[in-house]
Amino acid sequence: MGGYGDVQLLRDDGLRLDGRKVDELRDIEIEAGILPVADGSAKVTWGKNVAVAAVYGPMEAHPRKISREDRAILDVRYNMAPFSTSDRIRPGFNRRSREISKVTAEAFESVVQVELYPRAKIRVEIEILCAEAGTRCVGITAASVALADAGIPMKDMLVSVAAGKVNDIVVLDLDKAEDNYGQADLPVGILPNTGEIAFLQMDGDLSPDEYNLAMEYNFKAAKEIHALQVDALRNRNTGGDS
Amino acid sequence: MESRDSGAAKHLVIPGDVITSGSEMSAGVGTLLRNDELIATRVGHVKENANTVSVEPLNTNYMPRSGDLIIGYVKSMKSNVWFLDVAGPFDAILPMSLAPWKVEFGTVRKYIDIGEAVLARVQEVDETHSVVCTMKGVGLRKLDSGYIDEVPPHIVEILNGQHSNVVQSLKEKSGCRIIVCENGRIWVDGETDAIPFVQEAIEMIREISNMRFTWGDLENMITSHRN
Repeated sequence: MGGYGDVQLLRDDGLRLDGRKVDELRDIEIEAGILPVADGSAKVTWGKNVAVAAVYGPMEAHPRKISREDRAILDVRYNMAPFSTSDRIRPGFNRRSREISKVTAEAFESVVQVELYPRAKIRVEIEILCAEAGTRCVGITAASVALADAGIPMKDMLVSVAAGKVNDIVVLDLDKAEDNYGQADLPVGILPNTGEIAFLQMDGDLSPDEYNLAMEYNFKAAKEIHALQVDALRNRNTGGDS
Repeated sequence: MESRDSGAAKHLVIPGDVITSGSEMSAGVGTLLRNDELIATRVGHVKENANTVSVEPLNTNYMPRSGDLIIGYVKSMKSNVWFLDVAGPFDAILPMSLAPWKVEFGTVRKYIDIGEAVLARVQEVDETHSVVCTMKGVGLRKLDSGYIDEVPPHIVEILNGQHSNVVQSLKEKSGCRIIVCENGRIWVDGETDAIPFVQEAIEMIREISNMRFTWGDLENMITSHRN
């Protein structure tokens, strides 16, 4: 971060390179229940990102030592498909996917009512089929719909979205160029009904004012994304005719 | 599609939705009380019953409760106990002392082998969700004829409750023996010609949970069947 400050990411008219306003999301489409075998599933298309999430369980936790006597554990596996970017990604777990799996699991532990299923495991698989930047947010948004679709009790939905800073301006939902050459990235997981935060990471530097503005953008966007999640779950359960 | 048996339009909720606020109703299954507001924790339809608001989920995993009639498949065993897959989050145990035979230590495999199905009843579920099953009881036995199908477990509750006539008429029409178990498994045994009709009906029951059919459609399908 910081070394690319001279890359022009905002147009002279104040819009971004792809024509979005500073507080505008990429196009998002959410579909629930796309995998017939999974207990719950969802697909999210977010700009050029495509993520599929599948949920299985609650089920017996194996090996035994990972189970907890007082609550269910969440076994989250975030993975990017080898073909998800122009550089082929070596299949299998790596440092980055391990980190994202961990933060995703910890975010969902405060949303899913894990205390209802002691000793059990809930398996959440997030597969990124096409990546453009912000895939952890896409993955969490998809996993939240998949968990609801699987009938897992949750205190709220979980929406994830990122804001950041490019050319000293705070912008919402960074795309690839903005993520690579921007100055900061602030992904958060928000419980849309209560406004609580389930996860927050920051890359780069933001001043307190910039941080507050970024969070304001994030909260506003969370409401929009939540509406799409609700629509997806409604369409799934009414056969799409209402 | 308008369902014949749902009087008012069903109210679909999503986790986090506020069902009511500041009311006297108490929180039932699938809901949560937070600062005077009743919150839904599952995707489903709101149901009010005797001062309790609950959410009837659209998709669930089976949670064993004591007294449930279940069909379990033997998954593994030790010298004195079988482990049953009961379609729930945990495997249930069936100790040899609760089998209907006089089983000697070390001979459990002679009675029920891996992969075989048994009709059993949940004897006990403790706080940590350990499930103990019993086969001592009227009608509980090893299932070595017929076939077993599965439907979502929340449908069974409706099937055994307000739509018990469906199973009854299905039995009469097909002449098959049918046992609907709480864990969503259904055992069917009868004449080979009658089985496809029952399979078709079970397929429709599954589709009801996806809102593709209504209970009315199913009843029509059963009554219009000629054997």
